Amino acid sequence: MTRRLETDEPAGDETRPEEEGTSLLNRRSLLAGAASMMGTIMLQSVTGSAEAATPVAQDDPTRVPGKIPSPYGQRSAFETATRKLRAQSASLTPLQDSHGILTPSALHFERHHNGVPTINPAHHRLLVHGLVDQPWTFTLDDLKRFPAVSRLAFIECSGNSAIEWRRPTGKTVQETHGLTSTSEWTGVALKTLLREVGMSPEASWMLAEGSDAAAMTRSLPLDSVLEEALVCYAQNGEPLRPEQGYPLRLVIPGWEGNTCIKWLRRLKLGRAPFMTREETSHYTDLMPDGTARQFTMIMDAKSVITAPSGGQRIQQGFIEIRGLAWSGRGRITEVEVSVDGGRSWQRAVLQDPVLPKCHTRFYLPWRWNGEDVILQSRCQDETGYRQPDHAALVAVRGTNSFYHYNAIQSWQIAADGRVSHVQS
Amino acid sequence: MCSRNILSVGLTVILSLGVGNLWAGETIDRQERTHRYGIGQAATDQELQAWNIDVAPTGEGLPPGQGTVQEGATLFAARCAACHGATGQEGPMDRLVGGAGTLGSQQPIKTIGSYWPYATTLYDYIHRAMPFSAPQSLSPDEVYSVVAWLLHQNGIINKDLVLNAQSLPAITMPNRHGFVQDPRPDVPKP
Repeated sequence: MTRRLETDEPAGDETRPEEEGTSLLNRRSLLAGAASMMGTIMLQSVTGSAEAATPVAQDDPTRVPGKIPSPYGQRSAFETATRKLRAQSASLTPLQDSHGILTPSALHFERHHNGVPTINPAHHRLLVHGLVDQPWTFTLDDLKRFPAVSRLAFIECSGNSAIEWRRPTGKTVQETHGLTSTSEWTGVALKTLLREVGMSPEASWMLAEGSDAAAMTRSLPLDSVLEEALVCYAQNGEPLRPEQGYPLRLVIPGWEGNTCIKWLRRLKLGRAPFMTREETSHYTDLMPDGTARQFTMIMDAKSVITAPSGGQRIQQGFIEIRGLAWSGRGRITEVEVSVDGGRSWQRAVLQDPVLPKCHTRFYLPWRWNGEDVILQSRCQDETGYRQPDHAALVAVRGTNSFYHYNAIQSWQIAADGRVSHVQS
Repeated sequence: MCSRNILSVGLTVILSLGVGNLWAGETIDRQERTHRYGIGQAATDQELQAWNIDVAPTGEGLPPGQGTVQEGATLFAARCAACHGATGQEGPMDRLVGGAGTLGSQQPIKTIGSYWPYATTLYDYIHRAMPFSAPQSLSPDEVYSVVAWLLHQNGIINKDLVLNAQSLPAITMPNRHGFVQDPRPDVPKP
C-alpha cells in the first residue's frame, strides 16, 4: 500500500472518542504517520491502550540484523485488524481493513451452531450412503488421492446485513457486511465422489451433515449442486482452519454459507428433502403475507464500499473509493458508484481477476472537497440482475425475512470527514 | 448397480479410444464424467448405525420407543427450561410455544406451533442438537416425551397421545402449508 486514508487527528490525542470499530483504523493510520515522521514506534504511547505486547521497531532497521526464519509465519505485530465477535456463534471479517479479494484464513468470518469441534483428522471419516450402490467411507488420505480441484469463491452467511432491514444499524462495514469472505478452496469435486460410490439415478436430494455439536445438516438438491460443489480439505493453500470446518467441509460456490456444511462427516442421497430444522424453521425467509420462502440458497448480487466506510474519517483531497462486489449467480459485470446519494452514477474500475461467485474488487478515484456527501455502490451480474435499493427490496419482501438482505449501502461523509451509516 | 455398469462401460470406451493424455499407461478424464478410482472402503453396519440419525417427514429414521406429555413435562423442566423458559415461551433462547396467527404481522413470533411444518423435525433436531450443553444425550423415549410435551403446549396434540414412530409422522402441523418455493429474482429492476 502506498496510499492510505489518514485521520486528521494528531498523534497522541487521547480525547477522541474510541468508538468501537474505528479504533483499529485510526490506530493503524496514526502508526503509519508516526512511522514516517519519527522512524520509531511505540504503540502504547500512541494509543494509550493497555496492549499486551508493545512492539518496538528499530530506529534504523538497516543497522541491526533481523530475525531468523520461522517455522510458521505471523503478521507484523503492528497489524491489529481482527474479527469482531457477534454473540457466541459468529464473528465478522474486518472488510474495512481488507485489500484485494482474498480474505486471510485467520480473518474469514465464522458462523457455527454449537462451537468449533476439535477433530483428529486421522480418525475422521466421510460416510456416503442412501441411494448409492453400497454405503462407503473415505478417510482424509483417501479424499486427497482423488483429482484435486481448486477455485476461488466467496462464502456469505445468508444473515449477512440482516440487521439492516428496518433501519441503518451496523456502524462499520464489518458490522454491516462482515459475514462474507473469499478463499481459495481445494478438494475433490462432489460429482467425483458420488460417481465413485455409484449414485442411483433416483437420487435427487442430498443430506450433508457436520461432525459438530449441532450435527449441522442441510438438504441440497442434487441437480443444482452437482456441477460445482467441492468437498474441501484445504483453504488458501493449507488445511482448513478449525473454524472453517477442519478437516473437511462442503463448499457450494454462490450458495448461502450454512449449506457449505463444515466438519463434514456424512452425505446421504435420497428422493426428497429431509426437512431438517435448518431448512424448515431456521433458514427460511418470512414474507409479509405470513408465508415463508424455503430453499432460498443462492446469494444475490451485492456490493459495498469498504473505504471510506463507517467509523473512518477522511481528509480533503484525493480519495480512492474502494469496495467489494459479488454474486452467487456468476460474474460481476459492472459496479457503479454514486457520490451524491444516488442521483448520478459513475462506472468503477473492476480489478482483475473478475471471477464467478467470487469477491470482485472495485475502485473509483475521487476528490473530496469537504462537502457533506453520501457514497453508494451498486452492481450488476452476468445474469443482468441489478442490486436493488433498500426501498425496492423492502417493497417486495417486507422487513421480517431476515435473510438475503442485499440492498445498496449508503455511507454519509460529514463536513468534518467522519463517515457514518445512513439509509438513503 | 445399474449406474456402476454404465460407468465401467463408459470407462472402457474412453480407454479404448485413447482420449485424453496418456500418462503412466492410463487415461485420466479431468472432467470426471466416467471415472472410478477404486478409493475408499465399504461402510460397516456399526458406522452406519452410529451416524444415520436423520428423521424424514415420512417417519423414516424414527427409532423404536415412545413418550408421553406427562413425562415430557418433567424432562422439559429439568433439561430445557433453563434456556427456553418454564412454559417454552420465556427464553432466553428460542421461543418454542405460542405465536399462532402472528406470521403475517409486523411482529411475527416463529415457534414450533406457529412455524414448524413437520412434527418429525422435532425428533430429528432435539435428538441431534439438544440439550445445547449435552447434545445426543437424550434416550429415544426421552426425545419422544419432550416432543410430546412441546406439541401439547402448542395445542397440537391432546395430553393422552403416546408418541412413537407411528403416531409422530401422522401429526399435521398448523403451518404445514406455509412454505413456498424461492421465486427470485423477485425485485423489479431499477
